[in-house]
Amino acid sequence: MKIIEAIDVNAYYGDNHALKNINIEIRENTITAFIGPSGCGKSTFLRMLNRMNDYIEGFRMEGTLLVEEKDIYRKKVKLEELRQHIGMVFQKPNPFPKSIYENVAYGLRIRGVNDKKEIDERVEKSLKKAALWGEVKDSLNKSAYSLSGGQQQRLCIARTLAVKPTIILMDEPASALDPISTAKIEELITELKEQYTIVIVTHNMQQASRVSDRTAFFYLGSLIEYGKTNEMFTNPKIKQTENYISGKFG
Amino acid sequence: MKSMSNLLLNRAIDTTFKYVGIFCTFSALAILGIFLVNIAMEGLARIDWDFLTSLPSRKAEKSGILTAWTGTAWILGLTAIISIPLGISAGIYLEEYGKKNRLASIIEVNIANLAGVPSIIYGLLGLEIFVRILDFGGSLLAGSFTLALLILPIIIVATREALKAVPKTLREASYGIGATKWQTIWHQVLPAASGGVLTGIILALSRAVGETAPLIVIGALAYVPFVPTSPMDEFTVMPMQIFNWVSRPQHEFLVNGAAAIIILLVITFIMNGIAIYLRNKWQKKINW
Repeated sequence: MKIIEAIDVNAYYGDNHALKNINIEIRENTITAFIGPSGCGKSTFLRMLNRMNDYIEGFRMEGTLLVEEKDIYRKKVKLEELRQHIGMVFQKPNPFPKSIYENVAYGLRIRGVNDKKEIDERVEKSLKKAALWGEVKDSLNKSAYSLSGGQQQRLCIARTLAVKPTIILMDEPASALDPISTAKIEELITELKEQYTIVIVTHNMQQASRVSDRTAFFYLGSLIEYGKTNEMFTNPKIKQTENYISGKFG
Repeated sequence: MKSMSNLLLNRAIDTTFKYVGIFCTFSALAILGIFLVNIAMEGLARIDWDFLTSLPSRKAEKSGILTAWTGTAWILGLTAIISIPLGISAGIYLEEYGKKNRLASIIEVNIANLAGVPSIIYGLLGLEIFVRILDFGGSLLAGSFTLALLILPIIIVATREALKAVPKTLREASYGIGATKWQTIWHQVLPAASGGVLTGIILALSRAVGETAPLIVIGALAYVPFVPTSPMDEFTVMPMQIFNWVSRPQHEFLVNGAAAIIILLVITFIMNGIAIYLRNKWQKKINW
């Protein structure tokens, strides 16, 4: 089942044509990796999927972007609902300057959930899913800043899970982390695939090959190649993909 | 050889500048020191409970600053109530909601200009609008509105700077889980900016405490024989009481003036101290 579909999507920052005629279908409960050199448009496309680019001045898009067959750029879309549905984890861990508990509870509180028992349950469940519960269950009231970088990133994932999304976007979620924390995040991503559709932007080719089912290679704003990860990494169809994957440029 | 002498000359200039700098710094401090010592010698002995709780009088030794400091307290409170919500809201609007276009930059430049307008001009504005058109008379309310206008630009600018310093990543985190713009501002951005906003507010209010000129213009009285009990009462404030006393010929009144100056200085030092404390605490707590 396809859950995300882009039809002739173009994006511009002012005069800069950042994405050119992107057509792609992303399937439910898979991990899709976007790879490509800096400035290739992979992050731009990822951030279009929950409309985070709306805040950038001069940004505009053309084409159709469907999530569960609904155009997310149509006028009537409520961004709050869209982003509850499509969560996002950012490059640098960005917990709120609040306690660990409140970080996870925030998404519920802003939606008017006030029942303490319900919030307690959702916080615990989300932290467990994010493989962080064991490390923080005795210090839920401590500041989120007291956690290590890797823990902070898993907290950010828990915060996203708490509002029950179906799709999770990840923008280089491990690029600011050490190898051990990275391994934990990757393991977590693989587990989350059971219940969520995950799209991950990464600079790290090994990471893409380790975690993803499908890979999309972007170059200069175009989608060059898209296919099953193991096929693409062993037998790329297009020369540019091969050059990038083998490290000839990047 | 030539380069050698150049080197020596450069070092000489360097050393000279260091000492000139030290001299300039200390001369300014020394002048402040002389002033403080002078005032303290004159006035410190005069400060006692009676001085704080007595009404003004024609006899210097019976005079007190009760009406002056209660007036100042009223003015401070009313000015805060009027200026803080206005200033913060305007700051939030300009920084978060307003479009960054030509009109916005014109407004921005003019707010910066307003912060530099001489305070007596605000006094004239207050006289026309609050005293005459709105018919508040020479009341606490008229004075507070005038001072609120005076410090509004300071609060707006401080709010904007504090909001600007909140990193984009925090906003993205909030938007990313579906918070609205207002929820993001209210729950995340404002608390993160609160140290800067608060510092700006306190510095602005400590300026309002020391203002005299605009209050003279709107008709605040130097001699008020009663403690104000409502915002529509006539009033005096500390600086006006001081001005009144030091312009008298008798030495006893000068002593009263010195004593009142000490009290006023203590009030402003405390306010500035709180501002510095909050700023330091805020900077330490938040490591982005």
